[in-house]
Formats: sequence, structure tokens, C-alpha cells
Amino acid sequence: MAGEKVKLLGYWASPFTLRVHWALKLKGIEYDYQEEDLPNKSPLILQCNPVHKKIPVLVHDGKPIAESLVILEYIEETWKHNPILPEDPYERAKARFWVKFVDDKCVPGIFGTFSKVGEEQRKIAKEARENLKILEGELGKKRFFGDTKIGFMDVAAAWIICWAQIVGEIVDIKLVDAEEMPSLVSWFQNVLEAAPVLKECTPPKDKLLEHNKGFHKMLVASAST
Amino acid sequence: MAEVKLLGVWYSPANHRVEWALKIKGVEYEFIEQDLQNKSPLLLESNPVHRKIPVLIHNGKPICESLIIVEYIDETFEGPSILPKDPYDRALARFWSKYLDDKVPAVVNTFFLKEEQEKAKEEVCEMLKVLDNELKDKKFLVGDNFGLADITANFVGHWLGVFQEATGVELVTSEKFPNFCAWRDEYINCSQVKEYPLPRRDELLAFVQARARAAASASASTQK
Repeated sequence: MAGEKVKLLGYWASPFTLRVHWALKLKGIEYDYQEEDLPNKSPLILQCNPVHKKIPVLVHDGKPIAESLVILEYIEETWKHNPILPEDPYERAKARFWVKFVDDKCVPGIFGTFSKVGEEQRKIAKEARENLKILEGELGKKRFFGDTKIGFMDVAAAWIICWAQIVGEIVDIKLVDAEEMPSLVSWFQNVLEAAPVLKECTPPKDKLLEHNKGFHKMLVASAST
Repeated sequence: MAEVKLLGVWYSPANHRVEWALKIKGVEYEFIEQDLQNKSPLLLESNPVHRKIPVLIHNGKPICESLIIVEYIDETFEGPSILPKDPYDRALARFWSKYLDDKVPAVVNTFFLKEEQEKAKEEVCEMLKVLDNELKDKKFLVGDNFGLADITANFVGHWLGVFQEATGVELVTSEKFPNFCAWRDEYINCSQVKEYPLPRRDELLAFVQARARAAASASASTQK
């Protein structure tokens, strides 16, 4: 039943965990949050997600659901108020398409820019910017993808702008260009302003920046050994 | 003019998933075979972002990405359900579908690419272990009915075997993966496959062998 206990297993700096926080908050669902110490995964995570052993995992009524987008669709279908997906099947398909585009193209591009060096990094960064420009084209003049209200794409992907800016700052390569992407550059903030309830579960940018700087140092150190 | 068109290629598992969904729902459609070496204006216009098949065009509106198309078909047309009714079972169906779909590149790389082939092979063996564990005594991936996850499994259920035969690279044996093999043998003979056939194994094999030969001679001639 929708009223039963909801628990989210996640990691504070993970954007995939953030997606689930956002969906739960937007629907006003009460839940317990358990922070996972990622190098030392808890027995609960290993039990709830034996295939991938990853966060986030949502546990509802004792039953675990893994994969952030699968969780989002589950939340949408279980708590039907404040819908995030449109009603029309074609619009739903479009929303799912763009979220998949972000996960399949933008995320690897941004992470590649973060973790690679030299020519490989430049090539990936160029592609990442091209993909962000495609998103800009789709966003157009809208404040968010849901148009008049926050939708699936906003919940699932607005974080990409904040992350891309952080990565850009750490590796000194501009990914989010305010001139070429005037709508995209404000997308993340627009979502937070439209739904202040999301701010309380969203880590502050400076904390994420520090965390990712440390993560980057670690990546660079392990690459050179 | 057909209300439903499908742009695809007969040999693609992604294409087959969509055809399967349409047939399950009894939807009449026009199949427009694409030449992927020479992409049509219709394909480029319908999927400008990826320029890939399959693309479903319904009442002039294009939908891309095979699993998104299958969900669209389930939501739009009357007929037997492709996704389960219960939200938790739907989550399981989507989880396994994503898992299987994400493994497609590793399977292709294992059999056909020289680069990163060892890494791909490891990933495929890991996948087979996971599936072998999951499919113990199971006919369908989720619940008691054929659905989304089983449709997505067409690649491992049928294409994988063809790739093995075409290349001589044998990863799946009944000694190593008994549950997976038992499931696969049932799958190929199940009523949903009998009613809506997979591409013919001999035709697919000949096609894959020809492609593998062409790729081998292309890479031989570009090697320094």
C-alpha cells in the first residue's frame, strides 16, 4: 500500500540518489533516508541490490527497487498525486527519450571530461558540449522541460547543469556555456526556485565542489600509479 | 496511408522487440526496411538526434528507442498487457529490461570487436552468471506472464546463440549455465515465439557471418 514505510538508501553526493529525493519530496512522501558509506557497502545494500550492489535503492513495504529511473517510474505509479509524467502517451515517450539521452550521452560525456586527460579529454568535452547544446535546443525558451510545471525530465536531469559546472571548474574546461546555452544555464536553479521543498535535500554547490575536487585528486593519483 | 509505420531492419533485435509488441496488440503497421549505410530522409527527419532504428511513427509522430516504443505501444493500444499491472512487478520488468538492454554493446564487442574484447567477454560472462541465477526454474523473467523483460531478452535468447555459431566463440554451455540454457530452450519454443516468430536462425546466421567476414577483411586492409 502507498501508506507503508518508505526507505531510501543513497549517497549524499550522488545525483542518482538526488533524483529519488526530488521525486519523493515533490510528492510529499515521508521516508527514512539511510546514508551509505560507499567504499563499505552495508549488508542491506548488498541484499537489496545483489545484481549491481549500487545506490540508490528504494525499499517500500520491505520490497527493494533498484535503478534510479525505475524507482522514479515506480514512485509515479504508486503515488499518483502530483504527477511528474504527462498523461498523454506520446508526451510520456518524449520525456523518457530525453531522460535516456541525458543518461546515455550527457552523463558519460561529463564524467569522461572529469576523469580523462589530454586529447581524449578534449574530444569527450567537445562531444559533451554538443550534447548539452542539443538539450538547449529542446528546452528552448522554457524555464523547465515540464513547461508549466516540473516534470520527469526536470526531476531526472536538471542536476546535470550543476554537475557540469562543477566538473568544468575542477578540470578548467567550460562545459556549460552561458552564451550558447542561455536557458540550460539557469535550468537547475529554476527548478529549485519553482519547488523550494527540493532545496532541503539538495547538497550545496560548494560542498559538492569540494567533494568532487577530492574525488578528482584521487582519480588523477590512481591513474598515474 | 498507414497510421502506424515502423522504420527498422529485419536483423536488429531492437527492431524485433517493437514488431513483437505491435503483433501482441494486433496493431496493423507498415514496415519500412531501412538501409543503414544510406540513411533515408524519413529516418533522419524522424530521429534527428540518434539517426537510428527502430522508429515508430504513429499518426505522423515519431517515437524512438525500442523500450520506450514498447511502453508507448502498451499505453496506447488495446490488447494483452505487455507490462504487468502491479507497480512492483512493473519495476522488476523495467529493471531486467534495462539490465539486458545495457548488455547489448558488451555482447556485440565480445563477438565482433578486437578492442576491449577481453573486458567485454568478462562482462558477458558475469551477465550469464546473473541470468543463470535469476532464471532457475523460471519460465518468464517477471511473474507468471510473458512481458517486457522477456521481449527485451530476445537478444540473449536468440541472437547470442547465432553470434556464437557465426564466430565460433562459445560462451554459453549447459555445464556452465544450466538454468540459462533451460530457459533459452523453452524461450525459443514458447507460444509467444511460435505466434510471433523471431527472425529465422539460418537467415540471421548467414547475415551475421557475411557481416563478420566483411568486417574482418575491412580491418585487415586498414591494418598497418
